[in-house]
Order: sequence, then structure tokens, then C-alpha cells
Amino acid sequence: MQQERTADPVKLQQIAHAIRRSVITSLMEAGSGHLGGSLGLTDVFTTLYFSVLNHAPGFPRWPGRDRLVLSVGHVAPVLYATLAHAGYFSVDELNTLRKQGSRMQGHPGRDHGLPGLELSAGSLGQGLSVAVGMAIAAKSDMKDHRVFCVLGDGELQEGSVWEAAMAAAHHKLDNIIAVVDRNGLQIDGKTEDVMKLEPLGDKWAAFGWRVLHCDGNDIPQLLDAFDRAAKVRVKPTVIIARTMMGKGVRSIENNHLWHGKAPSAEQAKVFLEELENN
Amino acid sequence: MAGQYLNRGDKPTKSGFGEGLLEAGKQFPGVFCIAADITTSVGCNFFADAFPDRLISLGIAEQNCVGVAAGLALEGKIPVFATYAVFAALRAADQIRVSVCYNNLHVVIGGAHAGVSVGPDGATHQALEDIGIMRVLPNMTVLSPCDATQARLAVLAAVGQCRGPVYIRYGREAMPDFTFSKAGFSIGRADMLREGSNLTIIATGHMVWEALLAADLLEAEGISARVLNMHTIKPIDREAIIRAARETGAIVTAEEHQVNCGLGSAVAEVVVTHLPVPMAFVGMPDRFGESGAPRQLMEKYGLTAAEIAEAGRRIVKVAR
Repeated sequence: MQQERTADPVKLQQIAHAIRRSVITSLMEAGSGHLGGSLGLTDVFTTLYFSVLNHAPGFPRWPGRDRLVLSVGHVAPVLYATLAHAGYFSVDELNTLRKQGSRMQGHPGRDHGLPGLELSAGSLGQGLSVAVGMAIAAKSDMKDHRVFCVLGDGELQEGSVWEAAMAAAHHKLDNIIAVVDRNGLQIDGKTEDVMKLEPLGDKWAAFGWRVLHCDGNDIPQLLDAFDRAAKVRVKPTVIIARTMMGKGVRSIENNHLWHGKAPSAEQAKVFLEELENN
Repeated sequence: MAGQYLNRGDKPTKSGFGEGLLEAGKQFPGVFCIAADITTSVGCNFFADAFPDRLISLGIAEQNCVGVAAGLALEGKIPVFATYAVFAALRAADQIRVSVCYNNLHVVIGGAHAGVSVGPDGATHQALEDIGIMRVLPNMTVLSPCDATQARLAVLAAVGQCRGPVYIRYGREAMPDFTFSKAGFSIGRADMLREGSNLTIIATGHMVWEALLAADLLEAEGISARVLNMHTIKPIDREAIIRAARETGAIVTAEEHQVNCGLGSAVAEVVVTHLPVPMAFVGMPDRFGESGAPRQLMEKYGLTAAEIAEAGRRIVKVAR
């Protein structure tokens, strides 16, 4: 029933590669959407869904599953592609992304019935609070599943994130693992120019969190970080994953102009070739 | 007395909310109460004393409170988050829209300190916009009980009968307590408190008692006023409104809320769609409140039986 998990980095890299292909093609089909962040987070999602999370694609509402709350809703394409590759639904369905009647809304919407989707989200700064509520419920019911929450770094400029961070530490929610997509970019440019976030680790630590750093595009490092997060459970853990926006497609890597764009058919062809040659 | 109704003694709707929450806590082990530092002030102290393990203190952080409530609801709990209505409806509006309403989660939001009858605290703490904000959100049910007895029933209905988001508006000042528990609380069904034929006064919250007093004033002048207690703003009781329009030919609405977007607007939407009749609106005329004694403020802003009666006289003339 449960998803078979692997800690083999080579296998995970192959899966990540396939997911990146799906992200590019589904966005090309959609004609709009957020490519940069989705590619940047692909290794994080692959590691989570194929190695870290305890979940059951054939039984999406399985009560014992680890929860994954996507707070940074605009990277929905990588969540959808990962869910499809994990077997929640067919990979072909990814081509309905952002179209009328699709179960894959531009930003996640539970009312459209996509299996595996925990939360409708899209307005930044809300997901960690929801994760806190889920984690409190788990504690209250003495359940030992964990609640993961993926946040963008620009999103951390929303004050409500820090309300949630304070609450998670205050209530000793060691069953929460937050992942910050630290790509350093947002729509207007570099996070440090738009609104400085550093020293980011110190901020989380000051709020009472255990802070781990890793290269979020390096699967062995991600495996190690999630492993360390699982081992010591005394307080909520945040993994600050340094990622590269557009990772895997050399010509758009680290380019904030690709935050909210989708490739044309010709661009997608080039991007897929670049991906093969990477 | 107002018509056949007896004021058994002034009591804040807040107390009724608190008693209802305590009972809901006893009946449903899944009920959790989320506290934003003003636990007693919003009536959650009874629950807090009885069920400390199900009271989640989150401090002065309303946006987070709403998100946490959504998380609890996703896990099958029934969270009740009560705070001042100004903060619930405005500070956390986006969280209510996306995390609660878009996810269609059974979260009960209590909006305390509704209306100018909050008194001395002044405009920042007098919620006059919350009905408008809450009723515009898809999936949301909006309740506005008229007295402490009904506030208690409203909480029990919100917890026990609803499956989606619910907002319950209530006040701080002790006001007449006159309805009966045995009358029950039927969401979406207005209570006809008084039959009448020349006009209908549709009121909500504290203004229901004033509406009954206004009907007495009008009766003395030979004008027969029907009085509807519209305790559910959404889904609104279309049938009762259409019947009122057809059978009485004129409608006055009364609420302790901005005239814009409130009960009056909700009623007007039904009236103009189905059976246009002359209407008059008693409520806050697009302005902020101020400090003062509750009764003084209600008089200054025309939230009284006298003002409702005056609107009634006017509208009956137009209708004829």
C-alpha cells in the first residue's frame, strides 16, 4: 500500500529528471505558470515523495500518512508532476494544467478533487499556520506522522509566517519539518535587494527552531538533511535548502525573469534538450 | 416587554456564546478553542476552564489563529476561533478566504464586540463591517443571534449542524434576553416574532429587540408591523423575505452594522430580484463609531426603536 521508498541517489536523480521533463511540458501546454521555482524545487519534491514521506498513492487519505503542505502555491507544477510520477494519477493528466475543468488549478485548489493534494493555497504566508494546526491535531491524537511544509524564501517576507514560526516553537511541535526554498530570487529581483532576509538561519533559530542547511539541488545532501531532521525531535526543524531557480535548464538558471513564465513550444524543445545534456 | 416578549434581564450575547461553546465542548470531543489573548473578553473562559487541553493559546496573532484552525479542521477537529469581530473579519480576512473558505473547512469563527454598543473602546474596536466581509465569501455561513439565549443555540448549531465555515457575530453589552431555547435554531430560517400586515421590519442582532419595540410604537398609531429576526444572514431566508414583500408591501431593515453590504443589502438583493417593494435601511450611515456609553451611541447613530418606527412610517406612506 505504502509508497516504496528509496535512498539511492542515482535512482532519485533519474526520477527528478523525469519530473523536470513533466514540469517543462505541462507548463508549455498550459501556456502560463511558474517554471523557475518549480524546476528549482524538483530535487526537494523528489526526495520527499520518493524517499522521505510515508505515504500511499493508492490511498491518498490514509490517516497515517505524513502530510505535505505546500505553502508556496505557485510552484504547484512540481507538486503535480511529483504526485503523478508517484502514482496518484496519470502523468498524461499533467497536460490539463491550468485549463478549465482541470484538477490541476493554477494554484492548488482542493475543491477540484486532485488526489494527494492536502491544501488549497496560493496566497503566500498561510501554509505554515495550517501545518501548525495539523501538527497540534496529530499531537493531541498521539499520532506519530509528521507534517512537512514547503515555503518560498520571498514568502518569508509575509509577517504571518513568523506568527506561525513562533507558535510552532511555543507548542513544541517537533513533528513539523519546514523546508525553505532559498533560491534568493523573487519577482522584482534578488530577495536581498527587495527585502533582506539574512541572516535567515539566525532568524529561525531565534524563533526557537532547529535549523539545518543544505544544497537543495543535491539529493545526497537533501537525504542527509531529512535524515538528521528525523533523528532528533526536540523542536520544529527548518531545512534551509539553497536551490537554483530554473535548475537543470542552463539557459534560464538563476534568472528571476523565469519566476512566473511558461515556455513556448520552441523554448520547451530547447529546454528539454538542455535538460538531456545537463 | 416588547409586544408579547418579556426581557428576562439584560445579558450580553457574549455570555450566550460562552455557554454554548462550553456545551459544544461537552457534546463534541473534537471541539478545540483557539485563543488570541482575549479568552475571557470573548466569552471562551468557560470552555478554557473546563477543557484546558483543548484550548490552544496562540497569542495576538489572528492570521495564524485562522490558519491553525484550518489545519485542525483538515484533521477532523472542530476548531472555534473567537476574537473581536474587527480582527476576525479584517486582520485575518485573507486567511479566512483562502485557508478556510476555499478549502471549505468546518471552522467556527466567533466575532465578538460587534456594533457601536461596544461603547467606550471606540471606533477601532466596534465592528461595523464584518457582516459585509463575511457574507461575500463563498461557502461561508453567517449567523447573527439576537440575544444571549439565541447566541448559545447558534454556537451549538454552528458546531453540530454545519460542515463548512461559519461566522457568528455577537456583542459585548448586556442587552435584553427574550427568546426561548425551545424555539430552537434553524440555520437559514428567519423567526417571525410578530405578525403584521402594513410593513415588515427585518432585524438582526441587538436591533431585533428594538424592532419589537418599534412595532409597539407603530401599533399605537394603527400601523401593523411584522417583525422578522434574521439570525442567519447567509444563507438568507429568501422565502420569508419574499413573503414579507408580498404580504406587507414594505420592508425596513435594522442592523448594528454599516448600511452598506450588511443585512439590508442582503435583503435588498432578494427583494429587487423577486418582488421589488419600497425599503428603508436603519444602520450605520457609512461612518465610524466613537467612544461613549453604549445606549448613548446607539441613539446618536439612530440605532433605536424610534428610528426604526420613523423609517416604518415613511416607508408605509411610500408603499401606499
